[in-house]
Amino acid sequence: MATKLPKVPIVIVGMGWVGGIIASELTKAGHSVVGLERGKSRSTQDYFHVHDELRYASRYELMQDLSKETVTFRNTSKLRALPMRSYGSFLLGDGLGGAGVHWNGQYYRFLPYDFEIRSKTIERYGAKKIPEGMAIRDWGIKYDELEPYFVKYEQMAGIGGEPTTQANVGAMSKAFPVGPMKKTPAMKLFEDSAKKLGYHPYVIPSANLTEVYKNPDGIERAPCQYCGYCERFGCEYGAKADPVVTVLPVAQKSGKLDLRTHANVTEVLHDGKKATGVRYVNTPTGEEYIQPADIVILSGYLFSNVRLLLLSKLGKPYDPNTDTGAVGRNYAYQVNGASTNVVFEDREFNMAMGAGALGSSLDDFNGDNFDHSDLKFLHGANIRFTQTGLRPIQYQPAPMGTPKWGAEFKKQTLHYANRTLTVAAQGSSMPWRHHYLDLDPEYKDALGLPLIRLTFDFEDQDRELVKYIAGKTKEIADGMGGTKTEIHDSIKQYNIVPYQSTHNTGGAIMGSDPKTSVVNNYLQMWDAENVFVCGASAFAHNSGFNPTATVGALAYRTAEGIAKYLAKPGSLV
Amino acid sequence: MANKNESSQQPRDESRRQFLKYSGTAIGGVVVGGVIGGLIGANANTDKKDEAAQPDTGKPAKPADRDYNQALMFFNQDQFMTAEAASERIYPKDDSGPGAKELGVAFFIDHQMASAYGMNAREYMSPPFYKSEATQGYQLSFKRRELVALGLDSLNVYSMDKYQKGFPDLAPEEQDKVLGDFEQDAVNIKGVPASTFFAYFLNLTIEGVYADPLYGGNKNMDGWRMRNYPGNQMSFTEQIDKDDFVKMEPLSLSDHLEIG
Ligand SMILES: Cc1cc2nc3c(=O)[nH]c(=O)nc-3n(C[C@H](O)[C@H](O)[C@H](O)COP(=O)(O)OP(=O)(O)OC[C@H]3O[C@@H](n4cnc5c(N)ncnc54)[C@H](O)[C@@H]3O)c2cc1C
Ligand code: SF4
Repeated sequence: MATKLPKVPIVIVGMGWVGGIIASELTKAGHSVVGLERGKSRSTQDYFHVHDELRYASRYELMQDLSKETVTFRNTSKLRALPMRSYGSFLLGDGLGGAGVHWNGQYYRFLPYDFEIRSKTIERYGAKKIPEGMAIRDWGIKYDELEPYFVKYEQMAGIGGEPTTQANVGAMSKAFPVGPMKKTPAMKLFEDSAKKLGYHPYVIPSANLTEVYKNPDGIERAPCQYCGYCERFGCEYGAKADPVVTVLPVAQKSGKLDLRTHANVTEVLHDGKKATGVRYVNTPTGEEYIQPADIVILSGYLFSNVRLLLLSKLGKPYDPNTDTGAVGRNYAYQVNGASTNVVFEDREFNMAMGAGALGSSLDDFNGDNFDHSDLKFLHGANIRFTQTGLRPIQYQPAPMGTPKWGAEFKKQTLHYANRTLTVAAQGSSMPWRHHYLDLDPEYKDALGLPLIRLTFDFEDQDRELVKYIAGKTKEIADGMGGTKTEIHDSIKQYNIVPYQSTHNTGGAIMGSDPKTSVVNNYLQMWDAENVFVCGASAFAHNSGFNPTATVGALAYRTAEGIAKYLAKPGSLV
Repeated sequence: MANKNESSQQPRDESRRQFLKYSGTAIGGVVVGGVIGGLIGANANTDKKDEAAQPDTGKPAKPADRDYNQALMFFNQDQFMTAEAASERIYPKDDSGPGAKELGVAFFIDHQMASAYGMNAREYMSPPFYKSEATQGYQLSFKRRELVALGLDSLNVYSMDKYQKGFPDLAPEEQDKVLGDFEQDAVNIKGVPASTFFAYFLNLTIEGVYADPLYGGNKNMDGWRMRNYPGNQMSFTEQIDKDDFVKMEPLSLSDHLEIG
């Protein structure tokens, strides 16, 4: 029997960036919040021995324990989905701060084009440009409406970037609070080559703090040490903006946050019209609790958000055969794979040194910043050179054709370890009718509840994009003064085995049509006005950028919406 | 290899002092004393190491010639000898430095097989198990340690069959041929997923060469030294934008702990 707890005004499910931001904003405004996090608590103290590649990068110390819960995957709906038994393609967050603890901190606002992708495409190229089955749509919000919320995130996290931005990205009403990361020799080579070609490179805006900074909440943090153990690691300095060192202490200090770790939410309770609370299991004892609440916020990352909606029978599940329903539609990812290596026989670079967000990039071939009339794909990619700290287990550079083991392998990988630079692209991912999330009919989590099932593959759109963008990476790499370049310009099927990116999007998308979207532009659910489904699950497609800037901005807007809703219930739009 | 004079680039400037001050007090309300204590100590220790061969840590000297960690947790003796011989072919000793054997890689693999990783503890191992597409990844109930042990046994069975000798006793070229046959799934041993075993074993060997020496491989950090990898330094703020390549004497987690 579940124990029923006293009712609270607001309950948040999942305490990563999204849960943390909303908790901080609401508690600052004086509202009481219960925060439920299925994983453990965390602090910088935990990272005393964090510079351990095997434990954190190869064995995924900070990520979700897949023995308890995973996702199932298939390339097409004709196949049987099978569980992701070990980690590969993406890494799921777990514990206080979620994936925000072990992210890189590369910070990009999505382009104005992204939010109106469908209308802008039709306006410039005509409706025929959108292929049959591609489900791009406008997001129900414009860049200018979201702009002030980007600023809030930047001020809170202490994002460091160049004082002015390029003309081909969204305008900023306020400059970044601190300056850019340091520029390495290799970044200079990339930028110089790109500029010679007439492109517009800039230092990647960074959530690895670039100088001592005190944010508007009074949180003061130390600068990044370029330690090279960032992506997949927690920051022992608190220099990487993560929820545990930024928003959560503010919420905790307010005295208004009741934070419960080891609380795994299994259901959103509702009466058919509105949510009445959530059910959760306290995992150390197995005891079940019902937490009644006036407002329920789902912020457990898209796989968890969509799964909870489906398990709770909240909202209309998407049916790909009839193209009806909303929960589960528009799953998208990130299309990586276009890149060019440039090697230097006579020069070594300090590739072990770096930071998660250290690098330079350009958007001349991102969004609709270039003419797609004669191209067989939409959107594009952010082209970049990053220096994130290349650690020896995971990084074995060698020219193509080098054997995978033996004397020659050793010789080549030692020789090229610090002599190889990579110009790579982070490609956008368009949604398709047949890419979606639903519940797996067979596989269950440790509690016996169905796993979420992912049906996804790469399309011709993606292969064309990779081919074209790879050509651009080669152009830039060729101009960097190396001895030789090697291009990678093709991708095949989507394969869940190699790591690619933890930028999964969609499944509970925002929009202005309740029939095809789950939430409005406050991420308030159309079918249950006191439920807010937040995070990248709301993205109608994925841009050629990392997602968290836009995730964060939307969370700030949601917090504002919830405050409004508390004052005056009803639809916020 | 690493140039001692270039090795102790410990930041001593104003920004670093400021950094220490801020991190030492409070970071978002979270005091990180333990970490910072270790950090300050680590720098002091490195300086000392540079000056004298024997670090004066005030502790009794350890018997440098004996590593009590070099004993077996999982493999039998044959499996261990085979793992040692096979890993050495994957990462052989050459002019640039030691191979897998000297680096302790077989001990590393043995210890890993006895760990949570060897038992797939944090992986989804629930049934049912179906035949999979390549894009769906490993889909068997057979665990990593079982597969590695079986694979090592099979290397010997195959070697006996082909050359009438156990794998460790083969000539290097013969060993390479056997490994290549496993890699290509060109062995006809019933019930052994040869290439899956080989892929795991290859990966484990690389890990054993480059993981922190804490895990039993990468002895004396020589795996790192060979590729000028500085191990786990606390900070590269002073070096990150330097034009020239900076060689540093590597640090390990053990260096970090001694002083913490
Ligand atoms: C290695 C890596 C590098 C990355 N680098 C970048 C980058 O450079 N730039 C960028 O923009 N993005 C990056 N990302 C992505 C970024 O980390 C995510 O966008 C961001 O952390 C998402 O925040 P979130 O709060 O939505 O979800 P999460 O951080 O995943 O947090 C969700 C939380 O909810 C909890 N939870 C889930 N389900 C339940 C439940 N049922 N009950 C209770 N709790 C639950 C989870 O345990 C987790 O703590 C990276 C991700 C990874 C893994
Ligand atoms: S690179 Fe910088 S931000 Fe990242 S973990 Fe190291 S010190 Fe922290």
